[in-house]
Amino acid sequence: MSFVLACPHCGPRPVDEFAYSGEVTRRPQSSPTLRELTDYVYFRDNVAGRQREWWQHRQGCGEWFLAERDTRTNEIISVSLPKPGT
Amino acid sequence: MRLPAQPGELIDRAEPLGFRLGEYRLEGFRGDTIGSALFANGRRVFSRSFKYHRPRGLLCCSGHCPNCMMTVDGVPNVRVCVEPLREGAVVTPQNVLGRLDMDFLSVVDKFGGPFTPVGFYYRTMIRPRFMWPVYEKFLRGVAGLGRLDEHAGHSRRYDVEHRRARVLVIGGGQAGRAAALAAATAGPGVVLVDESVRLADVELPGVEVLAPARALGIWEGKLVPVDSGTVLYRYRAERIIVATGTVEQPLVFPGNDLAGVMLPEAARRLIRDFSLRPGQRAIVLAADERAPEIAETLREAGVAVPRVVDLREGARQLEAHGRRGHVRRVVVDGEETKCDLVVVSGGRQPAYSLLSQAGGRVEYDESLKVFVPRDLPAGIEAVGSVTGEGIVRAEGAAAYEGSGKCFVCICEDVTTKDVKRSIEEGFDSIELSKRYTTVTMGPCQGKLCQLPSIHLYAHELHTYEATIGTTTARPPWAPVELGLLAGRHLEPTRRTSLHFRHEELGARMMWAGPWKRPYAYGEHPEDEVRTVHESLGVIDVSTLGKLLVEGPEAAQLLERLYPNRFADLKAGRIRYGVLTSDGGRIMDDGTVARLADDLYYVTTTSTGADAVTAWFEWWNAVWGYDAEIVNVTGALAALNLAGPRSRDALQRLTEDELSADEFRYLDAKHIEVAGVPCLALRIGFVGELGYELHFPSSAAEYLWDRLLADGARPFGLEPQRILRLEKGHVIVGQDTDSESNLLSAGMPWLPKMDKDDFVGKFALEHFAERDERELLVGFTMEDDVVPAEGAQIVVEGQPAGRVTSARRSEQVGAVIGLGWLPRDRADAGTRFEVRVDRRLVGARVHHGAFFDSAGERMRS
Ligand code: FES
Ligand SMILES: [Zn+2]
Repeated sequence: MSFVLACPHCGPRPVDEFAYSGEVTRRPQSSPTLRELTDYVYFRDNVAGRQREWWQHRQGCGEWFLAERDTRTNEIISVSLPKPGT
Repeated sequence: MRLPAQPGELIDRAEPLGFRLGEYRLEGFRGDTIGSALFANGRRVFSRSFKYHRPRGLLCCSGHCPNCMMTVDGVPNVRVCVEPLREGAVVTPQNVLGRLDMDFLSVVDKFGGPFTPVGFYYRTMIRPRFMWPVYEKFLRGVAGLGRLDEHAGHSRRYDVEHRRARVLVIGGGQAGRAAALAAATAGPGVVLVDESVRLADVELPGVEVLAPARALGIWEGKLVPVDSGTVLYRYRAERIIVATGTVEQPLVFPGNDLAGVMLPEAARRLIRDFSLRPGQRAIVLAADERAPEIAETLREAGVAVPRVVDLREGARQLEAHGRRGHVRRVVVDGEETKCDLVVVSGGRQPAYSLLSQAGGRVEYDESLKVFVPRDLPAGIEAVGSVTGEGIVRAEGAAAYEGSGKCFVCICEDVTTKDVKRSIEEGFDSIELSKRYTTVTMGPCQGKLCQLPSIHLYAHELHTYEATIGTTTARPPWAPVELGLLAGRHLEPTRRTSLHFRHEELGARMMWAGPWKRPYAYGEHPEDEVRTVHESLGVIDVSTLGKLLVEGPEAAQLLERLYPNRFADLKAGRIRYGVLTSDGGRIMDDGTVARLADDLYYVTTTSTGADAVTAWFEWWNAVWGYDAEIVNVTGALAALNLAGPRSRDALQRLTEDELSADEFRYLDAKHIEVAGVPCLALRIGFVGELGYELHFPSSAAEYLWDRLLADGARPFGLEPQRILRLEKGHVIVGQDTDSESNLLSAGMPWLPKMDKDDFVGKFALEHFAERDERELLVGFTMEDDVVPAEGAQIVVEGQPAGRVTSARRSEQVGAVIGLGWLPRDRADAGTRFEVRVDRRLVGARVHHGAFFDSAGERMRS
């Protein structure tokens, strides 16, 4: 991976400055079954295509944000700050 | 002997530079390369070839071939033809036993030996098996390139720098310079990279010139690492313009590797740049249109050129012969010419490698008889002759007939015979054959052998070059020192503000994550343990992660991050906290002090600070509580003062009241110690009465000195480990792993399951419904032996668990430890065995602290 990613605060920066934290998952609301919990904790869609994922500008401003990336080409379609509580 | 001054010569005759070749002291001029200076001193053989140890001389003078690789100041495989000469340089030939011109290993060339056939690595060296160590030793001695100086130490420093460019131009020839200038008219941010020193002083308005420097490849996202010697620049460019030009191709004929056989550019550089006569009597052999031009250049330099052969006229037979590796005569279609120089031109091949790495397609152009780049990706452009522009078709034979070894690949010593043989053996695809014969796999990376070998394949297989195709061009496009790739990245060593005090005290330092920490100050860590138990010890715990969590909703945030309860924690009080993941894994632990209603002070493990900070920030990005997280790890130093004398000692340095009623166990208070404002946490870090002081790190040495002057004795990480083990404390990541959870690791009291939500709650709900297979418990050894960490626990002769920590404790009077046992074997007093040095030693399960289990000492 060596693409350029735009931090919502700092703009386009080499991807080395960021920490990747995986695809966006949905946390169960309350007392999930073991299967639901296992799904959430361990299973990922791992799509070949557009994926919503978490990034942190760790070597920069420290912001956590969401990016939509095409996993086949590393094209970044959009970046946005998270809307809390969703 | 130099020629009279040439118009554009690079040498400064007023400034001689001395250097050494082996035992000889030689001289050159400023502006020389090491190669040109050696040539000026009469040196013609520069290296010995890889397999046959044949003498080799300057071939390209452009840094493309393997022929001039030598060791310079301890660095192997330096291409001396492009390496600037410096005063005092020490040059040594490599791959030689004896002297360059009398290499004993060249018997391999004369008598064949095991090296002759292609694929000998795969065939000859298999049997008998027991002989392999012998073969290996011999092979390593004779093959290979250069030798690393094992004692080189850290004489060179390498750095990595990240840079950006609007337009990055690679190659500073005419086309590259014009492109750079054109780009500069549109604004700043234009960088031109070129391999040659020549470009270093060239002024191009609006263009930053980086020379001598090499672009190593084009990666995704238009990343171009540029090797400039000791700095690796990682360029990100919006636009990349490749102007790498062409690489002159050699001709394939018997004797084509003799010293004195040169490409036109080599002859041109020796004459024009360094004012050297490349030979006395030359023959020119050209498969393209350049024969007259080459002959003209040579004659101007005073070289006799008795014969010029335009190979397009259809010569069939061609061979060169020499003495002691130097060319002496050339025979073309039966007609012999005596000479000491042969200038060969096999046409020019676009240097497309970077473009193909960037995603461009490479296609064989039938009319030019070379491979050209096509269909470049967006943002990547090519200008000049790399596109095929201006190239005149060369028309020579794939290989000329004659007697003697005929090399397709001089790097790997692959002959036409080897290639033919590999085809006979069925390696008819170029990619397979490349792996079998190693053609194109040597130091030139195919620059000089890719095209000739493909011509040869096409010829032998009676097919077209387009059908054969090319091998994949991979980065790096030019050789690079490993040191440069391993250059200092973002992995700093962290030292606490007391680092030099520890060193002055003779501490043995050890790694703890990114930190350097004292292992112990003296020979015997147990002495330091005793000090803490009996009087007063102090340990530098500045490495603890320290976070401030502040805001109206700080309590809610922590309440949801930790399995513990923090909302009911009173201001001024402390609670031990453990962080878990949603999968139930134990992630980190530390103390949480509430300093005010909306302000918490959180400590983490020494290695966990950054991860915990990121973890807190991430969850808060998800939940959006009105709370801020600030990592103050580096800003604050921390000292833990421990031992029965700690209250009295600290009281002497402060006016704040420290009595047991005023400053209780698990209280957090702001106090002033020797004039330094401190946050004091009264915790039982090592099981004795103790105070942890957190304060601005600028005061660290001052406060440390005061405490030591007052009788405190420093203790290191190893004594701390013993002390904490005596209390049965679990080290997250040492005693726990990704399988452990709060229930199995002996902390079932910690999670508050009646809370609405916390990270890890869902998993704990499920863990509570099942019985844990294994439990983490303490144990006492029956004999005085210390099992290794990870030692096997054996129950009834079967492996049943493992030891995670074990130390000898003077205080307890036994070897104690922690380990994982099957749940039905984990009751207090149960006997089991531990494997120590191949024997089994008895041990018994122990629950709770091994020492002062009621915790009276730390509460006193
Ligand atoms: S002669 Fe130096 S690399 Fe070819
Ligand atoms: Zn940022």
